Amino acid sequence: MMSNWYMLSLVGRDQSGIVSQVTAALYEAGAALGETTMMRLGCNFTIMMMVEMEGDAEQLTTTLQPVTEQLGLHLHIDAIDPGLHQHQIPDLRVVVHGADRPGIVSQVTGALAESGFDVTDLGSQVAGSVSAPIYVLIIEGVAQQGEEVIHQALQPLSENIEFRVEEIETLIG
Amino acid sequence: MEILTYPDERLKGEALPVEQFDDELRQFIVELDAFMRTQPGGSGIAAPQVGRKQRVCIVDLTGMTRGKRKKPIPNQGRLLLINPEITEWDGFELGREGCMSVPDYTGNVIRATQIRFTAQDEWGELHHYESEGFEARAIQHEADHLDGLLFLDRLVSRRSDLFQRKKR
Repeated sequence: MMSNWYMLSLVGRDQSGIVSQVTAALYEAGAALGETTMMRLGCNFTIMMMVEMEGDAEQLTTTLQPVTEQLGLHLHIDAIDPGLHQHQIPDLRVVVHGADRPGIVSQVTGALAESGFDVTDLGSQVAGSVSAPIYVLIIEGVAQQGEEVIHQALQPLSENIEFRVEEIETLIG
Repeated sequence: MEILTYPDERLKGEALPVEQFDDELRQFIVELDAFMRTQPGGSGIAAPQVGRKQRVCIVDLTGMTRGKRKKPIPNQGRLLLINPEITEWDGFELGREGCMSVPDYTGNVIRATQIRFTAQDEWGELHHYESEGFEARAIQHEADHLDGLLFLDRLVSRRSDLFQRKKR
C-alpha cells in the first residue's frame, strides 16, 4: 500500500492529555507524524499535525474516532504534499500591539502582503482585561524588499497601533 | 573533509585540548579554514564538526552585512581560536541560529551580548580578546561545539520572542 500524507486538524475544549491520547491512537495504528503545532486559543485546544499513513482519510478518521468522541474533538483531514525539508529562514519580525479593535490583523497583513512580505509564522493574543482588551500580534517572515519598505507600509496604521519592525539575523555556525 | 551532522555521536562530548602546536596542526587549520569558506553561510566552524575532537575553531564575519541595506556587521576579521576559554559574559540577547551540522533547522537561542575570552594561536601563543553582538554569538556557538553542545541544546521556544532586542 502507498503511504499518504494528511493534514489533520483537531479543535475542541481544552483539557489535559489530548495530545498524548491522539498521538497514541495514531502511533498504534502505524501512522507517523511530520511537523505539528498545537496552540491553546482562548480556552480552545487546537492542533494541526502532518500525518503519514498507509490507507485513506476514512481509515484515519476511524482510527481517531474513539479518541475524538471521548474528548469531544472536531476532526478535519486534508490530503497534502508533505514538502518537508524546505524551511524558509525568516529575516524580519513585526511586533504589533494596541487597544483591541476589529481589523488589526487584516490591515497589518494587508500592508505586509502589498510589500511582498512572505509570512512564515504568525500568532496573536487578546490580552489586557475584559473591559480594556489589548491585541498583541507577532509576525515573522521573509521580506523581499527589506525592513525600510515594511516600515513605510505600516506607517499609515501607526495612529491606532504601535509596531516594531526588526531584522532577524540568523547565525549559521 | 565533510561536515558531520546531528545525531552523529562524534559531535558529542568534550574535545581534547591542543597540546602540540606543530606543522600537522597548522596544515589542518589551513584545510579547515578553506573548507569553512566552501560552506554556504558558514561564519564559523569547529574541529569536531569535521570529526577532529580537538579544541580548535575559526570564526570569520569579514564582509558579512545586515539587512537589505547591507550594513556591515562589526567584527575583528578572522579569529583562530585554539583552546579558547570564555572568561566573562555580560548581557543577554535572543537570536536565531542555525548550524552546518543541523541542516534545515533554525531556532532561538539566548547568548551573552559581550564576552571576554582567551585563546591560543597556531604557534601556541596566548591572546586576550573581547567581542560583542553577532560576533560574540558566533564565538559562543563555536566554543559550544568544543564542549559537545549544539544550539539544539540551548533552544528556547519559538513563541517566546517578546525579548526586546538591543537598539541599533
